[in-house]
Amino acid sequence: MTDSPATGGNPVVDMRGITVEFSGVKALADVDFRLFPGEVHALMGENGAGKSTLIKALTGVHRPTAGTILLKDEPVEFTAPGQARNAGISTVYQEVNLCPNLSVAENILLGHEPRRLGAIDGRAMRARATELMARIGLSIDPASVLSSHSIAVQQLVAITRALVVDASVLVLDEPTSSLDSDEVEELFRIVRVLRDEGVAILFVSHFLDQVYEIADRMTVLRNGSLVGEYLPQNLDRMALVSAMLGREAGLLDEVERRSEERTPQSAPVLVAQGLGRAGAIEPFDLEIHEGEVVGLAGLLGSGRTELARLLSGADRPDTGLLMVDGETIRSRGPRSLIARGVAFCSEDRKAEGVVEDLSVRDNLILATQAARGWARPVARRTAEAMVAEYIERLDIRPADPDAVMGNLSGGNQQKVLLARWLVTRPRLLILDEPTRGIDVGAKAQIQKVVAELAAEGMAVLFISAELEEVVRVSDRVVVLRDRHKVAELSGAEISVDSVMTAIAADAHSSTAVAS
Amino acid sequence: MSTPTLASARLRLPQRFLPVVATLVVFVATFGIGSVRYQDFASGQVVANLFIDNAFLIVLAVGMTFVILTGGIDLSVGAVAALSTMIAAATLEAGWPPLLSILAVLVVGTGLGLLMGLVIHHFDVQPFIVTLAGMFLARGLCFLISVESVSITDASFRTFATGTLELPGGVTLTYSVLVALAVVAAALYVLHLTRFGRTVYAVGGSESSARLMGLATARAKVGVYAVSGFCSALGGLLFALYMLSGYGLHAVGMELDVIAAVVIGGTLLAGGVGYVAGSMAGVLVLGTVQALISFEGTLSSWWTKIVIGALLLAFIVLQRLIVRQRH
Amino acid sequence: MIRGRLLWPLVALAGLIVLNVVFTPSFLELRIQDGHLYGSLVDILRNGAPTLLIAVGMTLVIATRGIDLSVGAVAAIAGAIGCTWIADGGDAPTAVLLALSVCVLLGLWNGFLVSVLGIQPIIATLVLMTAGRGGAMLLTEGQIVTISDPTYRQIGAGFLILPIAILISLAVLLAVALLTRRTALGMLIEAVGVNPEASKLAGVRSRTITWTVYVFAALCAGVAGLMISSNVSAADANNAGLWIEMDAILAVVIGGTSLAGGRYSLAGTLVGALVIQTLTTTVYTIGVPTNITLLFKAVVVITVCLLQSPRVARAVSGRRKSPTPAPRSRKVAAG
Repeated sequence: MTDSPATGGNPVVDMRGITVEFSGVKALADVDFRLFPGEVHALMGENGAGKSTLIKALTGVHRPTAGTILLKDEPVEFTAPGQARNAGISTVYQEVNLCPNLSVAENILLGHEPRRLGAIDGRAMRARATELMARIGLSIDPASVLSSHSIAVQQLVAITRALVVDASVLVLDEPTSSLDSDEVEELFRIVRVLRDEGVAILFVSHFLDQVYEIADRMTVLRNGSLVGEYLPQNLDRMALVSAMLGREAGLLDEVERRSEERTPQSAPVLVAQGLGRAGAIEPFDLEIHEGEVVGLAGLLGSGRTELARLLSGADRPDTGLLMVDGETIRSRGPRSLIARGVAFCSEDRKAEGVVEDLSVRDNLILATQAARGWARPVARRTAEAMVAEYIERLDIRPADPDAVMGNLSGGNQQKVLLARWLVTRPRLLILDEPTRGIDVGAKAQIQKVVAELAAEGMAVLFISAELEEVVRVSDRVVVLRDRHKVAELSGAEISVDSVMTAIAADAHSSTAVAS
Repeated sequence: MSTPTLASARLRLPQRFLPVVATLVVFVATFGIGSVRYQDFASGQVVANLFIDNAFLIVLAVGMTFVILTGGIDLSVGAVAALSTMIAAATLEAGWPPLLSILAVLVVGTGLGLLMGLVIHHFDVQPFIVTLAGMFLARGLCFLISVESVSITDASFRTFATGTLELPGGVTLTYSVLVALAVVAAALYVLHLTRFGRTVYAVGGSESSARLMGLATARAKVGVYAVSGFCSALGGLLFALYMLSGYGLHAVGMELDVIAAVVIGGTLLAGGVGYVAGSMAGVLVLGTVQALISFEGTLSSWWTKIVIGALLLAFIVLQRLIVRQRH
Repeated sequence: MIRGRLLWPLVALAGLIVLNVVFTPSFLELRIQDGHLYGSLVDILRNGAPTLLIAVGMTLVIATRGIDLSVGAVAAIAGAIGCTWIADGGDAPTAVLLALSVCVLLGLWNGFLVSVLGIQPIIATLVLMTAGRGGAMLLTEGQIVTISDPTYRQIGAGFLILPIAILISLAVLLAVALLTRRTALGMLIEAVGVNPEASKLAGVRSRTITWTVYVFAALCAGVAGLMISSNVSAADANNAGLWIEMDAILAVVIGGTSLAGGRYSLAGTLVGALVIQTLTTTVYTIGVPTNITLLFKAVVVITVCLLQSPRVARAVSGRRKSPTPAPRSRKVAAG
């Protein structure tokens, strides 16, 4: 029935009827999940579907309230991550969970370090680390400090750590979200090597392309319940998205149509001439007009965020000129640009966006209040009106202005942040990865709002790692490569292919960006 | 791009040693100033005296280094040291054999540290507050034992206190110095060659990662306070040997000197980076400053505080510049 | 939430007062003499005024995720300047002005280290804590400077029915409460405390706000220092305001403001300061040697902090069965 390597064998992990409750609320209800040796099994679902909870139930971070977990046909009950690991279940998380201040060898082997006469044997440890890294083709100095390496390499070190114990199960929880496509290819090569060695791999990703490229089997969760287990060849993308959403994905089509109707307006809101910052982005020219959505495409590290930070005043340029409405800006931080109607929604929601302990209301009016200064508070009634309007318009849940921001899901936090800037009525809205790490529904909603805003005359700079998304929403696409602006596409020129060609020109062959 | 892991991710190896190197440079420089200005300054005995006068401080600084490496802080060290002098003096006065008395001191100090560690860890109260309460508790206990200063008259204790070692070149050392050096050596072993020690560094680097790596973070986080408690007790004993008395007002404000020494010694207060040897060098820098000021004679003792403050500032700014450079 | 947090400190305060009444039945009595209000409660207010004042400044500092260890040293410096100026023949108003100006400068210094150089507050203010007392001793040349100036004496020992000192502290508390809660200042301070980077990107002048709270804290410390020195008509560089930073921090923490920054409660700080001062007085009235106050302080701090800790709060508010034991217990198992 399938070409999955697992067919016929016994699952290495068999989770049955798993239920996890948090203070009475079910995060997972009666979910079955199995994992066969030698397969890559993708776990799919929107945010809040229960993917992380299922993984944590497997690795012993959460204890299920009901259900059984069989590991190699033996029932197990882990109470600590260390136990799961010793039983052969290793996990690599989205954000590298290693210690940046320790050496590579220590990060790989701590907890299993070779000892001599009770003391850690440094030499043996480095030798063993080198040996393990060689297994996945990684050759870096084991004595070097972890933080001296790129995130991609750190990710590989984390995988190496997973190999220390004879891992029969490797959990990869969104390992690709901060890697560029070359790095993803490298990761997938290693995943295939391990799979062929018989390791069962549980893979979580938001990127559908990657899932179809690597997965042998998929399990879809929705709202804490199991939707089904599928083979990729039997489930096309539309069907997968429908399964994840539990509804037809009509919203996306609507956005697609909108962008074609739009025509660029005349007056440039923002003009950058030769703007640049050493080590961040080479000098570039850019104009953004009223009512226009300019997409910014490029691989990770191509300078997308750096460009946005220069335009928004978050970083100071070394060279060039920045003008808003024809007026030259001498930036002293974000305030001067905010005052001229340039709003910047950072990609790092947690660190640079949400104020967790404050209410949704306070978060929403923060930028407005900051612009007014502390002495002129936003009147309570005005604030309530603003909050009510945007809770409805963006469908923020829970629809409670007093809810503590930190308790909202990622997608809803992102909507509040978007609203924070919308209430300031900006002339130019810079959105850096507004849809990253949030579920498909919220994503479509944000894309739709962007289109509406442009129609109302707002200029938008839209940054995303997902080319499809950039192509869909943008009137013009600026392509960056290796910190240079390399192309500007508009109108009919815009397509995923043309953007990819621009990204891939010279430097890479077309296969490098195939994912 | 800037997840917490990344924010701290641009550490380079050579820079990690820079604060320690700077500490050594300052030590050599201050000592150099002394030797140029005063004839007798550059003698072996002055160096030996640095160790003799600061042996207890070295021991306290070792304990503090453990705590700060995990990103915590221990404000109780001075008070626990004072309590140790008090317990030693009181038990000896009551006729306990010295060894039993020493044991009691070490048990109480370690126990207090352990208790603070447990509260910090299991109840999630900030180390600052818990150790502040520990400081009040230890000082209060001192006065509960006696409001007055209690002198130590035990013969063997006194012999140990006044006993000296003759080194080649006519330099003499006290046994306290040997104890302090032994503590430093033991700390080096524990921090660099045992799993506990590496876990201490790991917790300072990223506690959540260390936990997910399956390391015994709880043991490390609680353990460092026990270590610090033990070092405070031992340092207190050395202080009792130095002063030959127990008193609730001994070592007032010493926690600040200790923290200053550790920071000057190049340990990052955020945790994860630092060396015991650096802390020892930090103590020696403070000792040299004190020696310089007393050699000068015309300068009042409060200049010591001002100079320590200035040194502290210089090293903090240096640390800050290093961190800035990474960004 | 804050209200719930105030429960235990209030219980502690009430308990202390009851204890006092048991030991000294006249504890609650107040009498008016020469237009002054006298009584144990008034004494508590008067003696607690400097701590309260410093705690108000500290509350704002802590709300921005900071801490100011130097307030005791700053108080000592203020007292030293005030008294030496008067001892050298200066008049009281100039002395006050001079002392407070210097305190503003010291606050600017702390704020500069924290907000511009980005140094950890605990360590940035440790510099001034260490060097500050040295500076105060330099001013007084290591002596206790005594003065007799009736005007100056009013600050710490004067009465306007109630002691002037407590009136000053309460006025500052009230002014700060109105200023931060009626305007957006409080919300912006909390935003800076919870997430400085996000606040900056949202256009909040985080640097200015942080800087300002340190200046304000130093100013409060300065006034408190004047109160202390004026109360005894002397400047003791070594002992004036010794450990007051710890008392002030305790007051803030007991009042339910987290040292991690963010939401703050000035009402809580008031209760916290009263708890600390009542405790000190209680120990004194029940005849325990004053030094042992420290022991009681330790007990109160630990109790209040434990009661506020999320773990205990959970246990107290009905043992809800949780499928997920908090991470820590698991680590023990892992070890």
